[in-house]
Amino acid sequence: MNRIQQAFQKKGKGLLNIYFTAGYPRLHDTVPLIQAVAAAGADLIEIGMPFSDPLADGPVIQASSTVALRNGMNLRVLFDQLQGIRELVPDTPILLMGYLNPVMQFGVENFCRKAAAAGVDGVILPDLPLDDYVQEYQEIFRRHSLRPVFLVTPQTAPARIRRIDELTDSFLYLVSGPGTTGGQNTQAEGVQEAYFQRIEDMQLRNPRLIGFGISDKASFRQACRYAEGAIIGSALIRALEDTEDAPAAAQQFVRSVLA
Amino acid sequence: MSTTYQQPTERGYYGQFGGAFIPEMLYPNVEELRENYLAILADPEFQQQYQLLLRDYVGRPTPLFEAKRLSAKYNTHIFLKREDLCHTGAHKVNNTVGQILLAKRLGKTRIIAETGAGQHGVATATVCALMGMQCIVYMGEVDMERQKPNVYRMRLLGAEVRAAMSGSRTLKDATNEAIRDWISNPVDTHYIIGSVVGPHPYPDLVARLQAVISEEMRKQLLEKTGSELPDYVVACVGGGSNAAGAFYHFLEEPAVKLVAVEAAGHGIHSGHSAATSVLGKPGIIHGSRTLLMQDEDGQITEPYSISAGLDYPGIGPLHAFLADAGRARFISIEDEDALKAVAECSRLEGIIPALETAHALAVLGQLGAGPDDVVVVNLSGRGDKDLETYVKYADSML
Ligand SMILES: Cc1ncc(COP(=O)(O)O)c(C=O)c1O
Repeated sequence: MNRIQQAFQKKGKGLLNIYFTAGYPRLHDTVPLIQAVAAAGADLIEIGMPFSDPLADGPVIQASSTVALRNGMNLRVLFDQLQGIRELVPDTPILLMGYLNPVMQFGVENFCRKAAAAGVDGVILPDLPLDDYVQEYQEIFRRHSLRPVFLVTPQTAPARIRRIDELTDSFLYLVSGPGTTGGQNTQAEGVQEAYFQRIEDMQLRNPRLIGFGISDKASFRQACRYAEGAIIGSALIRALEDTEDAPAAAQQFVRSVLA
Repeated sequence: MSTTYQQPTERGYYGQFGGAFIPEMLYPNVEELRENYLAILADPEFQQQYQLLLRDYVGRPTPLFEAKRLSAKYNTHIFLKREDLCHTGAHKVNNTVGQILLAKRLGKTRIIAETGAGQHGVATATVCALMGMQCIVYMGEVDMERQKPNVYRMRLLGAEVRAAMSGSRTLKDATNEAIRDWISNPVDTHYIIGSVVGPHPYPDLVARLQAVISEEMRKQLLEKTGSELPDYVVACVGGGSNAAGAFYHFLEEPAVKLVAVEAAGHGIHSGHSAATSVLGKPGIIHGSRTLLMQDEDGQITEPYSISAGLDYPGIGPLHAFLADAGRARFISIEDEDALKAVAECSRLEGIIPALETAHALAVLGQLGAGPDDVVVVNLSGRGDKDLETYVKYADSML
């Protein structure tokens, strides 16, 4: 059983996955932030690899990415920072999330090797299509024991959801509704519930985390009624915006969600 | 896998370039388009509507004009394919007329587009007015400033123009915002991409809709020169839609030399350029694997050109393939030489070209065309939108 599966097995319900951008607000905040959110009770940690043109992200994550890049963040720096992280945070699953182009330029094999060596458990690349993953990258991911995480949206067809479920041993990332990260949920009452219910009824192998637009204790609790847990990103990053002590602010934010 | 130049593989590859690198949120939309576009384009009823609009609304066929004074100056036979005479003033409308009919077939009610020079935005706003569809156009803040007349035109046509404020606030960023809009409106919205860029099937779809340019050229050349085939076809490349249309029916004719002209800005290696074929490496932009200006970490470089329509850090995957395979020759032209070409074409032929088009005209002296050669330049658009720039640089143009 991998670290992601262990985390789900241990807690069962109500898992909180916290996202933040590597190198934000300051270049060397990455590791202190991992420690802080883990200590505050986050069950999984997703580290954003900043990209100049993040198509699936809303303004908050875009802005944090711009700052992080300006701070000098890149994959070499990130992997340096992550060295030794498993001595500090042994059990909490760590995932890297980002876009395909920087990973391609770094070299997918090299990327996977470095990620695995650092103790990373999973990778989320929203613009990596399923077919390309299977044909070109699956073998490399498997060899390095990295789990891909794929997104599912209200428009994803059932057969495709089954295929995604077969391709990983981690979790399914349920995008809550139409929109980029950090958006408000504008769907009519009941629409979202029907979507979550439909997926619940499919009895999938993998657990599910709901993401996009989850921002506080109330929306987290709400999401947890329909899945094993939820993902918060933009709201945490907003909490780091005007602070001198990012780890303390992150810790406080995570505690407020789990309180 | 047999790739011809014209025809990408089923998954949208021209050689190693193309594909559809899109987040899951876009998958159903792009897949719907991929499954339907060829059948819709081939449908006789679609073709009838499309051809009728091209004739009576766009004003096709556009003339192939023999530019005698330019020919005398460069000692060769130069013909100008007058896409500037299309309704709205550029080739862009060939694509938007086709895509709006396609969007209707797919049951879409809301149209979004990106625009750089504003010509694609105007062409989209125009067909939306014609069809009574809601239209939202994303445009970089910098481009809204330098192509002001087109912002006014779009608004007059009933479109909403939304400023893209990220990055260099130009075409790349407008495209990012349009894609984000599409992610947020996955059911009712069709995205009319303005060039041969984006995820498959867009590059092929837009190339097919622009192919009318070279289809007409062949007939017109036969009439005027006795041969359907010229020696050179020259076109500017931003994303590459006018070039794709001008090259399309010559791609499999090795006797025809294809010349693609990019913007060198202040100079290819000045750090202020959009010469993708020289500076780019394979990478992913806007859902397509293509040549892309990027740093060693794979972050996309902010491009620069005086011309808003060429100010883009990538080129369509077809063009990346043509460059890689050596099928087309790529030349880049600096701002200053493009401005000189504007003045030259204006004074010698009485035609004021768009800044984008002027890049293509600026290579006439370096083609190596002989006195008996036939050169066709795709005159992609007219210069009305650029008048403010031309006034500003009047001294250095002459
Ligand atoms: C007149 C004109 N020509 C060329 C272009 C560049 O686009 P493409 O390379 O897709 O033809 C533009 C784009 O705005 C344009 O307005």
